[in-house]
Amino acid sequence: MKFSFGRLIAVLRKELREYRRSPFIVGTMAVLPLVFLVEPLITIFRIGPSVSANAVEKAVGGTFLLLLIAPALLPAVIAAYSVVGEREQGTLEPLLTTPLRREELLLGKALGVVVPAVGIAYVLFAVVQICARLFASNPAVVSALGQGPHILAEILFAPLLAGWSIWVGIGISARASDVRVAQQLGTLSSIPPLAVVALVSFNVFTPSVTLAVVFALVLLVADVILFRIVSALFDRERLITGARAQRPSGGGGHVPPPGAVRRIPRIGGTADG
Amino acid sequence: MVRARGDTPSATQPTALIVDHLTKRFGERTAFQDVSFTVASGEVFGFLGPNGAGKTTTVRTLGTLIAPTSGSASVAGIPLTSDNGPEIRQRISVMPENPGLYQRLTVIENLQLFASLYGQRNAGPRINAALEAVNLTARGHDLCGSLSKGLRQRVGLARALLNDPAVMFLDEPTSGLDPVAAREVHDLINGLRQRGVTVFLTTHRLEEAERLCDRVAILNTTLRLVGKPDELRESLFSRSLLVETLAPLAAPGDVFNSTNGVESWQTERESSYVLSVADPRNIAPQVVRALVAAGADIVSITESRHSLEDVYLQLINEDPEASRR
Repeated sequence: MKFSFGRLIAVLRKELREYRRSPFIVGTMAVLPLVFLVEPLITIFRIGPSVSANAVEKAVGGTFLLLLIAPALLPAVIAAYSVVGEREQGTLEPLLTTPLRREELLLGKALGVVVPAVGIAYVLFAVVQICARLFASNPAVVSALGQGPHILAEILFAPLLAGWSIWVGIGISARASDVRVAQQLGTLSSIPPLAVVALVSFNVFTPSVTLAVVFALVLLVADVILFRIVSALFDRERLITGARAQRPSGGGGHVPPPGAVRRIPRIGGTADG
Repeated sequence: MVRARGDTPSATQPTALIVDHLTKRFGERTAFQDVSFTVASGEVFGFLGPNGAGKTTTVRTLGTLIAPTSGSASVAGIPLTSDNGPEIRQRISVMPENPGLYQRLTVIENLQLFASLYGQRNAGPRINAALEAVNLTARGHDLCGSLSKGLRQRVGLARALLNDPAVMFLDEPTSGLDPVAAREVHDLINGLRQRGVTVFLTTHRLEEAERLCDRVAILNTTLRLVGKPDELRESLFSRSLLVETLAPLAAPGDVFNSTNGVESWQTERESSYVLSVADPRNIAPQVVRALVAAGADIVSITESRHSLEDVYLQLINEDPEASRR
């Protein structure tokens, strides 16, 4: 049976419906972005007209870092819940009794997180750009925010960072036995990519289009490798029973058709009695 | 095909399940061992056993959720291998003991999800039919989180009907249901039988198995017995007549030993006797005549029937491991 986009879309639709009706997820998705929005705006508005171009560049770098934290951090907790949460509420077993393939399930769940996370990240970025153009007192701020590499980095890194966090989160979720442990570990997943972004934002590496593309490619490859690792980690038997799957060994023999009563000896007998 | 209980599928009918020396171990622990049986298409097959006997693990194995340690099986005509998992799951449905519904989705949204997973487009009519079959049409737009346990169980059954399965695995479908809700589930299973659906039913309720199943298997890590409930009774217990008289017989031995067809007898209570006979229907008139000739006042004479519960308890009590569970 081939990979089916229909089944993937069915999982995605279910995920989005569930998020929409979960006060916790809606609250997290609403409040965290506000935190990430307020701090950059305050930073930008505090840059006066006399501040040097170098200082402006540094402040804008910090702003980008905060804006990229959102797509890396927002999905982590939800992704970490995705598999172990289904297991805890007893919905995983019925789901796995359908023809759904693990790749369809995992991609559906990942898309269910990436779509709102990246959407929110782009909205935050757009709001910061608009506010800077309308209210920033130092023209260098608008100029720094509008640099091609910065915009490209935001557009490329938001989904790729979200992808990293999601795959690490789902991987943890597929192996964890407890939702809280999975979510705590999931929040740590955003640290490595954010460290790289921090280096760029604070000009340890000079931002350039080439650098942004190289980092994006590295993240893309990492996301694909992570997807494959998470697929391999997704073990139906372990998820259902808590025990690792074992390879079947040989067997065989004649099985009689339905018919008369078969009394089976208790010890050391054959099933046919 | 419409089929009533008792029209047991014959050996010539296509086989829905073939299980051949199947074993599942989790490390050192054996869930079930060397299990072999077949289930014909359209049969309602009961799978009984005490807690921890391996019933649910068997269902999960045949439902391709977990891999057997050894042995082989064929489910809905497809060999049970990891590569065949999606194909097998397309042709079967499994209703676990806990229906596992998405609480924040409505009944219809839950069913829409599963219809899509079975690759059904325009599933509206099929969902409506499934809801109608479980008498839940009016609750389609309710959130599953707001439903009682009995209603959730019915939604689980509706979900299991969506893909028109060749084999339906029902794991304790009436667990935790009140008698009315349980009866509705029984009616539904009878309806499935009439439609020719193969049902593999695990249950603790022996009267349920007796009422619904064409054949039953009793599992206690290894398979202990497979057969029709009537045949199981006959294989374990001799047939007998229960005779009750108004007053104790003065010489019961004289009466019963001289009656043709009475193999043995024993006093059950003061004026009540159990006679082992090969053919209760034909021996009963002779016993009545002998009692009347002896001047006894007969209160009743009935065939003593052992229930499936007696069979089950007899087998389980034979097994020291089960009594320790």
